[in-house]
Amino acid sequence: MEIPYTVSTRPDTGLWNAKVGIWLFLASEVMLFGGLFSAYIFLRLDAPPGMWPHGLLNVPVGTMNTAILILSSVTVVLAWAALKMRRYRAYWWYMLATILCGVIFLTVKLVYEWPQKFDHFGAYIKPEALGKYEQYLGNEHAAAKGLPPRLEITGHLHNRAALTDPNIKEYEVYLDPVNADPTNPAMDRPHFLYVPPTHKLAPIEKEDVERATMFLPTHSAYFASYFTITGLHGMHVLGGVLVFIYMWLPVSKKLYQRNPEHLANRVEVAGLFWHFVDLIWIFVFPLFYLL
Amino acid sequence: MDASTSLETHHHPGAHGAEHEHHELGWWRKYIFSTDHKVIGIQYGLCGLVFLFFGFSLMMLMRWQLAYPGQALPVIGKLLPYIFGPGTMPDGKMAPDFYNSLGAMHGTIMIFLGIVPVAFAAFGNFVVPLQIGAPDMTFPKVNAASFWAFAVGGVIMLTSFFVPGGAAKSGWTSYTPLADIADKGPNYNVIFSGQTLWLLGFIFLITSSLLGAVNFITTIIQLRAKGLTWMRLPFFVWAQFVTAFLLLLAFPPLEAAIVMQFMDRVAATSFFLPSGLVVNGAAVSVSGGGNPLLWQHLFWFLGHPEVYVLILPAMGIVAEILANNSRKPLWGYKSLVFSVLVIGFLSFVVWAHHMWLTGMGTAVSAFFQTTTLLISIPSVIILSAFFISLWGGSIRFTVPMLFATAFLPMFGIGGLTGIPLAFNSADLYLHDTYYVIAHFHYIVAPGTIFGLFAGIYYWFPKATGRKMNDFWGKVHFWPTLICMNVIFLPMFLQGMIGMHRRWYDGGQGWTLSGDHVWGLTGFQWNTPISWAAWTMGLAQIPFIINFFWSIKHGKKVNDNPWEATTLEWTAPSPPPHGNFVTTPIAYRGPYEYSLPGRDRDFTMQNEPVEPRERVRRKTPEAVLV
Repeated sequence: MEIPYTVSTRPDTGLWNAKVGIWLFLASEVMLFGGLFSAYIFLRLDAPPGMWPHGLLNVPVGTMNTAILILSSVTVVLAWAALKMRRYRAYWWYMLATILCGVIFLTVKLVYEWPQKFDHFGAYIKPEALGKYEQYLGNEHAAAKGLPPRLEITGHLHNRAALTDPNIKEYEVYLDPVNADPTNPAMDRPHFLYVPPTHKLAPIEKEDVERATMFLPTHSAYFASYFTITGLHGMHVLGGVLVFIYMWLPVSKKLYQRNPEHLANRVEVAGLFWHFVDLIWIFVFPLFYLL
Repeated sequence: MDASTSLETHHHPGAHGAEHEHHELGWWRKYIFSTDHKVIGIQYGLCGLVFLFFGFSLMMLMRWQLAYPGQALPVIGKLLPYIFGPGTMPDGKMAPDFYNSLGAMHGTIMIFLGIVPVAFAAFGNFVVPLQIGAPDMTFPKVNAASFWAFAVGGVIMLTSFFVPGGAAKSGWTSYTPLADIADKGPNYNVIFSGQTLWLLGFIFLITSSLLGAVNFITTIIQLRAKGLTWMRLPFFVWAQFVTAFLLLLAFPPLEAAIVMQFMDRVAATSFFLPSGLVVNGAAVSVSGGGNPLLWQHLFWFLGHPEVYVLILPAMGIVAEILANNSRKPLWGYKSLVFSVLVIGFLSFVVWAHHMWLTGMGTAVSAFFQTTTLLISIPSVIILSAFFISLWGGSIRFTVPMLFATAFLPMFGIGGLTGIPLAFNSADLYLHDTYYVIAHFHYIVAPGTIFGLFAGIYYWFPKATGRKMNDFWGKVHFWPTLICMNVIFLPMFLQGMIGMHRRWYDGGQGWTLSGDHVWGLTGFQWNTPISWAAWTMGLAQIPFIINFFWSIKHGKKVNDNPWEATTLEWTAPSPPPHGNFVTTPIAYRGPYEYSLPGRDRDFTMQNEPVEPRERVRRKTPEAVLV
């Protein structure tokens, strides 16, 4: 028994099966990410002044990742076009380039960006203690300029044991530049380039702290949505890469020799998915990195 | 049913394909890890029916607590602690947490593991490819993956009964922040707690329905037989088509919400936890900044289309059976098709009518009130068309027809009692009372489930080549119909005198329940309701026996025992792998019953149009002469 229209098109719809299937699947994916993005919007609109952090992500690295993903969308189309022209070697190289782009993207995310967050520390100061830390927060300066108040002191935690040991009474933090020199007008806007914490060490007493965590999902609504959405997006990238690897391996060459159009169709479908993953990132990047 | 009977003619000489792929599949590949749409449909159906009975059993347990609160449940009450753990039924008396678990899991299991798998996946899988003249679904392997994702989801849901603290207990809607913090006491296990497993199970169930929905829509678009144009599709196929779109587009926002609640429970995020949340007198150590209403919006964005996922396939089944047994074309076929499409569209813009009490504001309420009333129009069109279809027919009261005709008034009661709930002023009073329970169950229990029973009796001969026993079918039907009404009619009254749906003591301790309705207080009505529920449980025994007995011993019938017109009846019973002996071609609409000038009162879709018929069709007056 053979299912009709797996490779050839059905005359009245002009489509083969998997092409209908993938578009339906993508419609479903739009709703999935649509749900997450609308959650992002609601959480952000709900956030009180000063509670939605800015400038914590590394914009140049994010830009590079965006470019890599867009490049991979180009190479996957070239791979498909090569198959259509029955040039298997060119296909093989373009597919390899696509796979590498995906791997680089994931590596940057998992080896560089995420761990850097896990290593970063933030302490929200209790409202009544804000005055005590004015030298790190510069809220008078911020109020004079009409900027939202700063409620959190961030940086690199020197005594990590303080997170778990109740006998340690204070956090020692190598301050981020914004807390090291809060009244400097250069700090009024988030940095574009990543600036590492300074060598200025500040003690923050635990009893003045409302909540202190590393930059984990639990840190704030911002990081919760950042890790959830980029995590889910990363899983989509991983899925795409695995599918591409399968299509690049010798096992798919056998299909090419038997029915090249079939492989071309598979690459087209996977490529559509890949473009979608790319498109999601085009939304993620400005939402989290730029806005 | 035993798949060996459904596939015994595996090597039918297929007209297409089968000749060059003639290797024998092993037993496991043929019946367990099969990719044949009929086997998968039967797998879905059997699992779904088992889950339906299991979910119903949970409710039968709850009915004891509601009728006799605090009293020890005889016999079974002594056994249950050995299954569900000692804390659930100490001395045979139901613990409050266990009651909550039963309630939450009853809803979850009935809807997502019972009705959707049977109504959508089982009937859709088995019947749709046959009705459109296709050899199988477009993606058979994806189809199998869909079933196995469902099975894994079901196992996870069942497992959750046995973890410390028991299964999910925050209602089937899992409202936050309650569900977020459930079980989070000492000894909180991040994964093995009832609510977390509920979320995990759901991820698998959503994956399953996504794969199924993609497959169904693609199949209907791509694999229709030659000549089977859109307006020649049986109404059942249309219903499944729209249902698949609802599942495809409505489930993912819930998946997003489930991922977020999962993060809340596992990674201690605060998507649904507001700032300053206090639990048991202590501030919860979370970042806050979340929004509990966000969950409700995302949940009901699925939740309302889901109601139509539950009802539309049943409407499709009922349409087939009404036309077949009244020996008349379905009245207003085009109106039915457009109504079902409009329902599909509108069902996406009514969700917040579940949230009148959340204080969304009058403008939002007014919008959703309007759309909710709008959606009743196509529903009424469908029901009216069904009723008119009966008019002047020569009705055959077969067992499927009994269930299908009973569907009409039952669904009618369920639908009409929904109108007061659509107005937010009336709903302020009725919200979360037994009135809502009665309204919803009239649609889904004597509505959808009757449709499912009708479909099982109707297509059983196609799956097995044998009919189910008529007499025992009637023994199944009448008590079930009576019990359904004894259960759910009094609930309207209970709700109208103000009884809340989630009371552990069934309203015994409610001082205002002194109101008498027909001589009984609201609480006292629990007793007859409970006895009717248990009786209805007994009334399913004839069905279960009939079902399994008929697989081997039912009366043998030909390929078209109901003298029906649609394409599935042109295939052999049971259909072989690849379905049709010759690829069918459709020449006419789906319901050509009692065509004048024919010696039979049904004309099948694959019978060519004769020249004299063509003339007659062009000038209806000629028919009268």
